[in-house]
Amino acid sequence: MTESQTYSFFLGCVMPNRFPNVEASIRLVLPKLGIELEDLEGASCCPAPGVIRSFSEPTWLALASRNLALAEMAGHDLLTGCNGCYGTFKETLSEIREHPERLKEVQSVFKGMGLKFKGEVEAKHLIEIIYELDPENIKKRLTKSLEGIKVGVHYGCHLLKPSKNRPWGQTQRHTFLDELVELTGATSTKYKDKFLCCGAGGGVRGSQVAVSVDIAKEKLDNLLEVGVDCIVNVCSFCHLQYEASQVQLNKELGEKKYQIPVIYYTQLLGLAMGLDPMELGLGVHMISTQPLLDKILGK
Amino acid sequence: MTDNISRETIHNEAIDPDFIDAIVDAGADRIRTCIQCGTCSSVCPSGRRTAFRTRELMRKALLGLKDEVLSSPDLWLCATCLTCLERCPRQIKVTDAIIIMRNMAVAEGYMLPQHRKSSKKLLETGHAVPIDDANREIRKNLGLKEIPPTVHSSDEALADVQKIMERTGFKKLIEEEKEEK
Repeated sequence: MTESQTYSFFLGCVMPNRFPNVEASIRLVLPKLGIELEDLEGASCCPAPGVIRSFSEPTWLALASRNLALAEMAGHDLLTGCNGCYGTFKETLSEIREHPERLKEVQSVFKGMGLKFKGEVEAKHLIEIIYELDPENIKKRLTKSLEGIKVGVHYGCHLLKPSKNRPWGQTQRHTFLDELVELTGATSTKYKDKFLCCGAGGGVRGSQVAVSVDIAKEKLDNLLEVGVDCIVNVCSFCHLQYEASQVQLNKELGEKKYQIPVIYYTQLLGLAMGLDPMELGLGVHMISTQPLLDKILGK
Repeated sequence: MTDNISRETIHNEAIDPDFIDAIVDAGADRIRTCIQCGTCSSVCPSGRRTAFRTRELMRKALLGLKDEVLSSPDLWLCATCLTCLERCPRQIKVTDAIIIMRNMAVAEGYMLPQHRKSSKKLLETGHAVPIDDANREIRKNLGLKEIPPTVHSSDEALADVQKIMERTGFKKLIEEEKEEK
């Protein structure tokens, strides 16, 4: 089908270390679309754009540049499946390209490490690469229609903003993820404040968990109001936030009010490709995906 | 008759005229053009449920109320969703300004304990969120490498990452805890 392209797969922290199921689905699905992944060996934390960047911006810039340098030396563009990591790499590249003295600063930190870095590599989110494919070619791969499945699409923040440094060509009311969801036959359900932040970033989940969960709750309540079969996201940290917050809210309430399966886009696409749900990691979620699987595959 | 309305007098000694220059120099170059319209506060997801007011933070920064701004826990309520930065009619990089002030706060010794903890994990392992036993097991069961092929799998890579954090001063910043004011 499509011409094959190879990327350096940047894992980050949350995906490999807390949601390996998301990683498994990416590794399974992307090659079927002609997107080959090469491990970015020795990569570290991106580091987080609202956390480590808030503590020491020069450290953030240097570590992010090291990860980018590893991809540059491997000769591939970097691919990430996390909005936070995406934000870090996009902002790092714009900083060193707009301010050459910052590139020199980073290069001097790298002294003696054998890291060559010119800042010529690109960083892409996997959803950006999937959206660049011909949708007809994606459709040819699909064997199972997800018609009747109501999806609450969640974009997240750093995938879209700052819009000046993002490839989408518009500042709001994005539709690319809705389009990619609807390719599978599923319906992207309209709901209030679809572009609301998940509430996890900026160190808020880490330090002020009640505020963070309350932000997540707002969107979860909006989704409960319209009724969806699942949330589809494209960020490992948003993914964590909606999974973990539902568990916590249920615990506080003493009843299981929040039971919306939270799935990553490649898991949804994998289901539409007829792949085994267990291989897509759908058996190890914090909020059971069984009701969704029952609806798709029949009980 | 006593006056029950408390006055909020800003004393001269609370004003540091260099504060705003430092924020501008660090990259929030349009912050002086703020017209206090409140767009930033109106779109803030944290502001919807807490007393955090982005507009107030911008005003205090402009006034030079350095100590008040840097010591305030509110500075850490921003989830960096970037909506204020997108919507600011003066195109002020509001989120960048907050991150600049956070860097200044940490340099002054104001850091939340949970943030110091994740920074220590980064120093130790190269990941702010390192692998644990439960997820090693899940990785194995999913047919993935039990230890991710990251800095977790290479001592050499970890040594480089740690050296970078030493050279940028991060190790010192995190490990040498300053007395909080």
